[in-house]
Amino acid sequence: MGTTDSSIVDVARGRPGLLFVALLGGLLLADLAAKLAGVGLGPIGGAVSVDRLGSNLWNGVVIGLVIGLAGIGLSMTYSILSFANFSHGDLVSAGAFTGWGVAFLIAGFGDVPVRALLTVRDAGNASPGDIGAHILSTPGAILLGLIAAFVVTALLAVALDRAFYKPMRDRDGIALLIASIGAALIVRYLLQFGYGSDRRGVTASVEQSNLAFGPLGVSVNAHELTILVAAVGLMLAMHAMLQHTKLGTAMRAMADNKDLALITGIPAERVVTATWIIGGGLAGASGYLYVLLRGTIQFDFGWLLLLLIFAAVILGGIGSVYGAIVGGLVIGVVFTTSTIWIPSDFNQAAAFAVMILMLLLRPEGLFGGVSTA
Amino acid sequence: MSGVDSAAPEADAPESATAAVIAAAEESDLGLVVGTLLVVYAAAALLSFSDGLNGVVGLMETLTFLGLVYALTALALNLQWGYTGLFNIGVAGFMAVGVYTMGMVVRSPDPAFGPPGLGLPLPVGILAGMAVAALLGGVAALPALRLKADYLAIVTLGLSEIIRLSLQSSAFDSFLRDTIGAGTGGGRGMGMPDNPVRGLFLVDGQAGTPTALGDLVFGVFGTDGLGISHPILIGWGYIAVLGVFLVGFYLLLERLGSSPFGRTTKALREDALVANSLGKDVNLVKIKVFVIGCALMGLAGILWFGSQGNVSPTPQFRPLLTFYVFIAVIIGGSGSNTGSVLGGIIFAAVLFEGPRRVGGAVRGLIDAETPGSFADALVSLDPVTFLAYATDNVAPLQFVFLGLVLVFIIHRRPEGILGDRIETAAAVDLSERPAGGESDE
Repeated sequence: MGTTDSSIVDVARGRPGLLFVALLGGLLLADLAAKLAGVGLGPIGGAVSVDRLGSNLWNGVVIGLVIGLAGIGLSMTYSILSFANFSHGDLVSAGAFTGWGVAFLIAGFGDVPVRALLTVRDAGNASPGDIGAHILSTPGAILLGLIAAFVVTALLAVALDRAFYKPMRDRDGIALLIASIGAALIVRYLLQFGYGSDRRGVTASVEQSNLAFGPLGVSVNAHELTILVAAVGLMLAMHAMLQHTKLGTAMRAMADNKDLALITGIPAERVVTATWIIGGGLAGASGYLYVLLRGTIQFDFGWLLLLLIFAAVILGGIGSVYGAIVGGLVIGVVFTTSTIWIPSDFNQAAAFAVMILMLLLRPEGLFGGVSTA
Repeated sequence: MSGVDSAAPEADAPESATAAVIAAAEESDLGLVVGTLLVVYAAAALLSFSDGLNGVVGLMETLTFLGLVYALTALALNLQWGYTGLFNIGVAGFMAVGVYTMGMVVRSPDPAFGPPGLGLPLPVGILAGMAVAALLGGVAALPALRLKADYLAIVTLGLSEIIRLSLQSSAFDSFLRDTIGAGTGGGRGMGMPDNPVRGLFLVDGQAGTPTALGDLVFGVFGTDGLGISHPILIGWGYIAVLGVFLVGFYLLLERLGSSPFGRTTKALREDALVANSLGKDVNLVKIKVFVIGCALMGLAGILWFGSQGNVSPTPQFRPLLTFYVFIAVIIGGSGSNTGSVLGGIIFAAVLFEGPRRVGGAVRGLIDAETPGSFADALVSLDPVTFLAYATDNVAPLQFVFLGLVLVFIIHRRPEGILGDRIETAAAVDLSERPAGGESDE
């Protein structure tokens, strides 16, 4: 009996939940290895090819980047304003609709009536092919659409703050949470009123869009590559802002200790406005990118995505921007690879289950607590 | 209001007879509820009098049914949130578990269509539904033991979505069929067992063969009498059953609230640390509240959706349902049982059913074609055309209105309609002290 042995036993005794999760994770990994080798070990799921695992992982990373990008804003408002913002998912949808309206306007101007373009094909009967929005054929329109999504959603987030949240800065988190449910209903159903309720296709299909990467056998779509570049670029910009600007330092100070930040003379309201601009803008951009990935849009997709975003933020630790990104990647990978073991109608449930387990075992998240660093 | 004023020795004399009636109604909780219902009925009659008696009574039946089921669910939530401060936003999930368990237990093992059940009697099914909802509530209470309120909110929301996705899944359906012999029906849902109230009026629930009671009721009010259609009359019969359950819920929760256990829950709501320091087992209280509240939610789900013919997971048990119930509790004032009942009735009439009826009535007055989309309506530059679009798409506007009301209440009156009442924590009314008791020094 060495000392290391007994300490491991102690840890296991102290945290039985952690031990259980570690065991489960080990079992799944062993099972996955056996599946890849073609040996039927476990009772669930059939054989898995390397190709399928590779494409699952790649899809998970792409979805995870989008979720992580949306999670940054949620995490920032959570740490600086201390409430769980349930209207964040609808900011995601708002960004998608306005951004795609602008992208359509530029891609299809002249060929298709403006009202069909601006309402993302709610009016009129132009098909996505008529408008022809695709990163390979109309890269400028796609890029300007992304910028529009960022700007409009940032403005919307600030407007919501002024109208709904600012009058109740001194209230507790639950009152703000309830108000944000009200704001979510308002935004979501105004979107439905203005843009219609049907799910519809958005992106055109272009041949030679798929690029295959030989060694892993993963087929990569041009849009997925766009998302990778855009999301990583926005995340790096976010990192530079937080670490190297005065605003970023002020934000980290506010998130860390509000009272201390206030007595050191940080202009709280200006930091809050900046938080909404950046958080809302990133939410809008992520919604725009999510539609680029999926190719379809519907008025409540952001709301349906919200719980996954929450899962990512909680996983990474509320308040940590980097945690939100990592959490998003984990949730994305869980979302896509869990289909190896369970039916695909449960993959969302699996992501929620990971979130609940995390809250039970380590509520401070992977990166632990409020830091935004 | 009245709870505060009643301590004052001499209230101002009411100015008129109506004011006196209103004042008297405010004094009693029952008067308040009945008064609200009468106002709702008057508005309903005004809105639908052109459809004749049948239309008026039918609208009243719809509004009463919705008001009662929202009141039932709001009461169950009030125990968790209003009394104990546990922010459970998984209400829809617990209701779904209750009604699905009931359906699976009661449905025939060899139905003509839909998933098989266990074929047990209805009371067994209702008890099983409550038991499973309670069990799940106990599981959901475990996070509540250590999490802050907003984390608990996210966990319970996640749990209710996991429940909905599981009920939706065809894999889960066939798994249940293989193991216990009863299925959920997956995305198509399942038909609910016959409502026994229907059997009181019709032999074997078949239209055209009334029982003795059915003969009597249909003869006086039905097509042979006042001309009210028979399904509406049967609906009123079910409302009477719901009313009995509502009184039962109310009495149970009032009794619970004024018991030592209820006082502990309120102490927990105000400050869990203090309650803990005073030797109260905070964790046990939380688990108990979750179990009781979720059992009641399961029962409310059975009474509500079990009477609706068919249940399916996705339109019915979305998180939106939870928010409806929350809005009902917030309107009435969290912590007040009478407020929850009032909130349920007001929510169902004014926020849920009212706007679509008003929208429909206004649409009937407009003579214009509805444009295909918002953009077309806007481009027409014609206010009448725009109004036609808005009234035909009143459902999204109704949700916008709901959101505005929610934000308004949270801003201006977070305590709700009856939230400013003084809640007596003691079992006896301390405001009525004997006159001689005031001799402190």
